[in-house]
Amino acid sequence: MRASANAPPLVELVGVSVDLDGQPVLDRVDLTVRRGQIVTIVGPNGSGKSTLVRAIIGAVAPTAGTLRRGPGLTIGYVPQRLAIDPSMPMTVARFMNLPRRRPGAEIAAALHDAGLPDVGRRQITDLSGGQLQRVLLARALLDGPDLLILDEATAGLDQPGIAAFYARIEQVRADQGCAVLMVSHDLQIVMRASDHVVCLNGHVCCEGAPEIVSSLPGYRRLFGDGQADTLAVYRHHHTHSHDHPDPDPATRSAAPPARDDAA
Amino acid sequence: MPADFMIRAALAGIGLALACAPLGCFVVWRRMAYYGDATAHAALLGVALSLAFALPLYPAVIAVALVVAGLVTGLSGRHHATDTLLGVLAHGTLAAGLVAVSFVQGVRADLMAYLFGDILAVTRGDLLTIWLGTGAVLALLAWRWSGLLMATVSPEMAVAAGIRPRLEQWALNIALALVVAAGIRIVGALLISAMLIIPAAAARPLARTPEGMALATGVLGTVGVFGGLTAAWHADTPTGPTIVCAVAILFVLSVLASSLRSARQRR
Repeated sequence: MRASANAPPLVELVGVSVDLDGQPVLDRVDLTVRRGQIVTIVGPNGSGKSTLVRAIIGAVAPTAGTLRRGPGLTIGYVPQRLAIDPSMPMTVARFMNLPRRRPGAEIAAALHDAGLPDVGRRQITDLSGGQLQRVLLARALLDGPDLLILDEATAGLDQPGIAAFYARIEQVRADQGCAVLMVSHDLQIVMRASDHVVCLNGHVCCEGAPEIVSSLPGYRRLFGDGQADTLAVYRHHHTHSHDHPDPDPATRSAAPPARDDAA
Repeated sequence: MPADFMIRAALAGIGLALACAPLGCFVVWRRMAYYGDATAHAALLGVALSLAFALPLYPAVIAVALVVAGLVTGLSGRHHATDTLLGVLAHGTLAAGLVAVSFVQGVRADLMAYLFGDILAVTRGDLLTIWLGTGAVLALLAWRWSGLLMATVSPEMAVAAGIRPRLEQWALNIALALVVAAGIRIVGALLISAMLIIPAAAARPLARTPEGMALATGVLGTVGVFGGLTAAWHADTPTGPTIVCAVAILFVLSVLASSLRSARQRR
């Protein structure tokens, strides 16, 4: 079951701009996420990806434009990293109970589903990067969110780890029917199940579907067996260079797939 | 049978230790140590205002502490780092308080009691105020506990869950103002943040969860108050500083115990 293009939007941004300390960070961004959809946002460092996520969860207000969230929208948010101060003791089980207490059986089941049945009593600061990532995802899924936001969730993982993580996300989408908004700094290799890829650099540079290239022998060699099923290539079609300070809105509306300047 | 003033002193000290327990944990977790200092120093300006204009002491102290908290929360991140602002406010208000008091006749000796506290001079009225303050702090923090923990762990995750971190910050600001007001008669403006930070720091190696750490902080703070009072009684030393010395010794013991334990585990 793929995403329905007719489903009502969970999140809809129209011409959203955000200034931070007087500096423009996002410039007239349009973005729609519908139920069941997987949307991947790629962009280099400093392209405003995190600010976009912060705007969607409501941590920063748009300076201009409109940002609509579906009524009663619940968001499961997986942060880029978790900076718990070492002065705070926190077991994995206690962390899973934030911000609401839940029955122990529910927590145990969630950790079991995440493939980490025995970590409940461990300190969260003792987990490896991959384990922490799975705990963060399990916690975000406890509420049965409408929208799962993953902010550079694969940053600390190697490529097999990323492939496994993407496989898990696909399974979550299939099981729960939630939408997924994935943020990644990897400009070329995206989650194959993405319905839509948006390349961000302050403004929306280009957007489209990822290319399913896993059947090509070259890419199969590049990704390795097993990973080719979850990874895909996104081919950019920019009409302008990445480093220009002030994008001309006229050029980005007409964007033929001309060249790939992000390579 | 201990003297009445010793019983009052012990009850006042326990009240302060209990109020400091959950708040001190947040001060440590959120790296607000210097912020506790600034609020406590600002309290002296509140004392000066209360002496100069014959205002009730505790409301004046709470009001000034809240104004300082508002200034820090509102101004931080614009042009100056938070610790710079806190430095300006802490020492600016402390100095202003000392200068203001010098205009008021005959209170110089009294001021010493607010700088260093005088737990043995605590009256029944003070005791009631301190325990009301303690009750208010514990109730406020228990009410906001979950949201505060979430906002401390990750502001973004808190926002995504519908929690407003700036609102939760104000729960801490109010609790801090109440604790400073409660503590100014007991350990004085200069040593209140010691009661916030040291028991919490001593409790850290003993705890596995935030709640466990808050509980252990309350126990250690209470032990420190009893130990300090007893030592000051026998050695005839200033009581407030002796209590702080007692909790500092508990901190050293806790650190030693935890490093011994981890050394044994490694072997």
